[in-house]
Amino acid sequence: MEPELLRPLPKPMTPEAKPYWDGLREGKLMLPECNDCGKAFFYPRIACPNCHSRNVGWVQASGKGKLYSFQIAYRALNPAFKIPPPYVLAMVELEEGPRLMSNLINVEADPDVIKCDMAVEVVFEKQTDEVTIPLFQPAS
Amino acid sequence: MKDLSNSVAIVGVDESDEIGKLPDVSLTSLHLQAVHNAVADAGLKISDIDGVFTAGQHSPAMLGEALGITPRYVDGTSVGGCSFIMMVGHAVAALHHGLCDVAVISHGESGRSGTGVTRARDTSLSGQYEMPYGFGGAPTYFGMITNRHMHEYGTTLEDWARVAVSTRAWAGLNPKAMFRDPITVEDVLNSPKLFYPFNLLNICLVTDAGGAVVLTRAERAKDCAKKPVYVRGAGEGTEHTLVTNMTDMPMSKATAISGNKAFEMAGVTHGDFDHIMLYDAFSSGPPMMLESLGFAEPGEGVRFFDEGRSDPGGSLPINTNGGGLSYTHSGMYGIFPIIEAVRQQRGECGDRQVPGVKCSLVNGMGGMLSAAGTIVLSHET
Ligand SMILES: [Zn+2]
Repeated sequence: MEPELLRPLPKPMTPEAKPYWDGLREGKLMLPECNDCGKAFFYPRIACPNCHSRNVGWVQASGKGKLYSFQIAYRALNPAFKIPPPYVLAMVELEEGPRLMSNLINVEADPDVIKCDMAVEVVFEKQTDEVTIPLFQPAS
Repeated sequence: MKDLSNSVAIVGVDESDEIGKLPDVSLTSLHLQAVHNAVADAGLKISDIDGVFTAGQHSPAMLGEALGITPRYVDGTSVGGCSFIMMVGHAVAALHHGLCDVAVISHGESGRSGTGVTRARDTSLSGQYEMPYGFGGAPTYFGMITNRHMHEYGTTLEDWARVAVSTRAWAGLNPKAMFRDPITVEDVLNSPKLFYPFNLLNICLVTDAGGAVVLTRAERAKDCAKKPVYVRGAGEGTEHTLVTNMTDMPMSKATAISGNKAFEMAGVTHGDFDHIMLYDAFSSGPPMMLESLGFAEPGEGVRFFDEGRSDPGGSLPINTNGGGLSYTHSGMYGIFPIIEAVRQQRGECGDRQVPGVKCSLVNGMGGMLSAAGTIVLSHET
């Protein structure tokens, strides 16, 4: 029997995001990067939102960044999300520039403990054979 | 753009027969009640409508069919709750150029009861990049913008609570408001913790409600039943859908663009307004909108809610219907601040009437400050 899933799985997975999801399975955080202006961006798409070039590739992110903003969830809005509250909703700004949503883990879910701009680093968490997601923890 | 200013007036406004908790009224019925009521308010007939504007679950074609009319101009712009505010500008342009003669903007949403509703939305972005982490629902996103504001400018939970307290004071004067008992800053801070930095009383209601607005060209407006309220300016803008892509967070580019366009078209500046309606899905929204619109320096928007300034009897009344926080919030709230501004400009607001009001601002957001619409309304041209 499959273990019970605690999180809604990414759905649908879009073709242009395949290198992102493939990378996560191998423990790499891959970002789309423009080959013309050199900027990394998020979410994955086939044209650069900065210079509008179609010449887009991929780069492996360092996995380091800062906590741009956060919320503490004292309840869940989505019944498919079964991790017991409180938990930390995190907006992370990666060293490479893009921001993404995640959770901050391995920290007390307390607004007196967690601060905007604190240094964070990626932790990979396998959900299924197909899906691994990037979570973040305070930088060591 | 300036030739559009004052060329069109709002001549009819109203809600559905009732607003609030209405499990026996479908989404379609909310629309039809609101349109019939607003058209009657204008002294017009349903058959006069030849321009249909709506957003949400019903397309303009569905609404036209339900009304039993065949419009010659339709608009289904759907960028969140401010879509109806944007549509005022779209209707002004269409009416001015003769593409239609009587425009109706309609909203109906069974947001609380879900009656007559099928929910389906595109989750390709949020499904992949947000929902696996527990995001879902506006309270898990707007707090990100709010918390960043607190970090950058030192704003506090007490600052946001004062917005909710001021808005509730207005709701106490509006018989249609869902919650009318006065509250204090302590009440807000002690209400149940939901999603830091928000407690329950920082977050809007969830209701069932409809609302509609009828517009026509200024020369015809003079023959309608009520005093015309002229659209002096209108502007819109969009920036993002994922809040991670809100570049200058907590400042909103969409809001700034919409405001600048509306003020330029109207030929007004910030000091010309004596009544302000802002989309308050969250108590932190109005101060941040005032900052992005240029009424206040970043971090200073909360000062508009200090010392009773925004309250009944205050020097600059804000959200005089009681807002999404205390009056009604069906989901896409944007039609309701327009209705309130028109009633204020007509002098119909009874206990909550702003004395001598001449120039109302209506600004609303779609999504998480992702899109914005701004209009300037006045009973004077
Ligand atoms: Zn580029």
